[in-house]
Amino acid sequence: MTSRGWWNGSEAIAGAPRSRRLRVDQDEWLRAAADIAAAGGHLIAVWASPAAETALAIVMRAALFTDLGLLVLELPLPDGGSYRGLHEVFPATARMQRAAFDLVGVRSDDVDTRPWLRHAAWAATEFPLRLGSQISPLAPTGEAYEFVRVDGEGVHEIPVGPVHAGIIEPGHFRFSIVGEKVLRLEERLGYVHKGIERRFTELPALEGHRLAARVSGDSAVAFSWAYCQALEGLSGCLISQRAAMLRAICLEIERIQNHLGDLGALGNDAGFAFGLAQFSRLKEELLRTVETAFGQRYLFDTVVPGGIGADLSLQTGRALADRVRAVANSALELHDIYDEHSGVRDRFAGAGEVKPELARRLGLTGLAGRASAQPLDVRLDLPTRPYDEFTPARIVREEGDVAARVAVRFAELEESCRLVQLLIEKLADGEQRVAMAPPAAGKLGVGLIEGWRGPVLIALETGPDGSILRCHPHDPSWQNWPVLEHAIIGNIVPDFPLINKSFNLSYSGHDL
Amino acid sequence: MLKTLRHIASIGIVTERAPAADDALRVREALSERVRAVLGRALCIRHVDAGSCNGCELEIHAINNPIYNLEGLGIRFVASPRHADLLLVTGPVSRHMETALRRTYDAMPDPKLVVAVGDCGCTGGIFGESYATRGRVANVIPVDVAVAGCPPSPVRILQGILTAISGTSNH
Repeated sequence: MTSRGWWNGSEAIAGAPRSRRLRVDQDEWLRAAADIAAAGGHLIAVWASPAAETALAIVMRAALFTDLGLLVLELPLPDGGSYRGLHEVFPATARMQRAAFDLVGVRSDDVDTRPWLRHAAWAATEFPLRLGSQISPLAPTGEAYEFVRVDGEGVHEIPVGPVHAGIIEPGHFRFSIVGEKVLRLEERLGYVHKGIERRFTELPALEGHRLAARVSGDSAVAFSWAYCQALEGLSGCLISQRAAMLRAICLEIERIQNHLGDLGALGNDAGFAFGLAQFSRLKEELLRTVETAFGQRYLFDTVVPGGIGADLSLQTGRALADRVRAVANSALELHDIYDEHSGVRDRFAGAGEVKPELARRLGLTGLAGRASAQPLDVRLDLPTRPYDEFTPARIVREEGDVAARVAVRFAELEESCRLVQLLIEKLADGEQRVAMAPPAAGKLGVGLIEGWRGPVLIALETGPDGSILRCHPHDPSWQNWPVLEHAIIGNIVPDFPLINKSFNLSYSGHDL
Repeated sequence: MLKTLRHIASIGIVTERAPAADDALRVREALSERVRAVLGRALCIRHVDAGSCNGCELEIHAINNPIYNLEGLGIRFVASPRHADLLLVTGPVSRHMETALRRTYDAMPDPKLVVAVGDCGCTGGIFGESYATRGRVANVIPVDVAVAGCPPSPVRILQGILTAISGTSNH
C-alpha cells in the first residue's frame, strides 16, 4: 500500500495542519511504517502512553511525516506487554523504544534491552509515566552500563563525561580508538533526565507552554509554539494573523541566535578565535535589541496560549529590523573571511561526513539532514500560518561534512534575517492574544514546528476533565544523536568537538 | 588576512565596565580576607550542568563574549575541577547527575566556592523535586551565592561570581 492508502482510513486530529491518526494492529503497525518509509516518508517520533481504560493498557504511537501530512499510528496494547518495534524500518526508533520501556514499561522485540533514560535513580520494575505510579527514588550508586567493546591489537577506550571540559550539557561518550583514529563511538545519554513528561501532568493545560519552553532552552520558541499549536487545536482557538507573524519572527530570531552562537564556536573549534569573538559580539547585540523589543533576551515566555506575550511597537519593530539587517551584513563579511581562511577551510572540509544515503537510512533530520541532501523543512512541507504566505527558501547541500553544515547555517542565517525583516514590514493588524476556551476532554492534539535544529513535535493528550493526561515533547536530537556516532568514524579524536558542534544536539531536549 | 585585520580594527574594543558585587546574592558568609588574598582575582571556574534546560548555559557563554569579557577580569573557565576555585552549577540537580556533581565538588581543592545559577539552581525552578530531580543545588552541595533568573542575565551571573570572591561590608 502507498502512504495514501493508510491516509484514507485515518481521522483528523487537532493542532498542526493536515494531521491525522490511524488505529492499527501489530501487523498494520509494521506494514504502514514500511510503506511510508518506502514512499520517502520520515519518522518524527515514537512514544508510549498509558491508556485511560485500565491500569495496564498502553498505546504505542508513531508520528510519521508523509507526503500528505502528519500521520500518527496508534497501536493499542490492552494488557501492556510487548510489541514489534519499528527499529528495522526506522533505526532512530531503537532508543525511543528503549525509553518507552524505562518510562511506561512496554517492551519492543529489539534485542537491545539495555535501559536508556533510566540510570540508577529508580528501580527497573517502576515506571514513572504509568497512571498513578508512585516511584521511590533510589540513592545514587555507581551504575553499570554495558558498552559495546571493540577488541583488537592497539585498540583502547577513552571515556568522556558526563561532565565535559567546557560549558556544555552532560552526557557520556565512549570512544574506541587506534592511535588517534576513532573506530567507534558509543553515546550514553539520560543524565539530565528531570521527569519533564511527568511534570506536564501536574500542570494546568493553560500553563504547560512554560514547561515546554524549558524542554530545551535553546529551542524555547519552537517547543512553546508547538505546545500552543496542539493546545489551541484542542480548544478550537484561532490566533490572529498578527500573533502568528510575531511567533514566526520569534522563531526566526531563535534560529539566528543559535546559528550566530554555533558559527562562532565552530570557528573557535577550528582554531580561529576571531570567529568566536565576532559572532558572539553580533549575538549579544541582537539579544539586547530582542530584549528591548520583547522584554526577554531569550524568548522563553513569549509564545503563549491564544497568541503572543509581547507585541512589537512601530518603533521596536523598526529597531529590530535594523538590527537584523546589520547582523546579516556582518555575517556576510564574516562568511567571506571564513571561506578565505585556509586553516578553517581545511578543518571543515571532509570532517564528520554523513553521506546522503546514510543520512536517509538513519533518518538524519533538520539542518544536519539538509546538509546531507535530506530536504525536509516543516516550514515548507507542512506550513503553519504564517509560513504558508511567508515562505523561506529551501537550503540543501549534499556533501554532509562540517563544511556543509556550516554552509547551511550561513545560508539559513541570511534567509531568516530576510524573513524577519519582511514579517516586520508586512506585520498585520490584529489581536495580540485571544481568549482561550479550556481544551476538549479526552482528545489528542499535535504541534509540529521547524525549530532551528529540526522538527519539534508536541503530542498533547487531555484526560476526561480536560487536564493534561500525557504530553510528549520530541526534539530532533533523538534522530541525530545516533548519526553522530557514524559521522565520527574514521576521524581523529581532536576533531570530535568540531564535528559535535556542527550538529550541536540537545541533551536536555533528549533526556527529558 | 587583510580582511580579518581590517574587521578587527573597525570593530575596536567593545568591552563594557564590569558590574559591582551584590551582597544580596550571598547565601553563606563571605570569604575571609586571608582566603581572598590567596585567590586574588585570578579565579578559575569549573562549570557543571547538573540538569539544566541549557538556557543558563547560553548566558554563561555570553559572559565570555567581548562585551562582558570575563577573561579581562582575570577570571577563566577551566577544564578540570582540580584546577578550579569556583564551581558554577546550573539546573535542578537531576538524580542521574547527583554523583557526578558531588565528585566534581570533591575533586576541587580547598578553599572552594559554589555559585548556583538560575531559578532551577536556586529553588528547583519549574521542575521542582521529583522522582528524577533533587531540586536546588544546595540540596546536594554547599552553595555560597545563588543567582536567580530564568535564565539570569550575563550581568547577574557576573555579579554572582564577583560577589563570591569579594568580601562584604557587613563582615
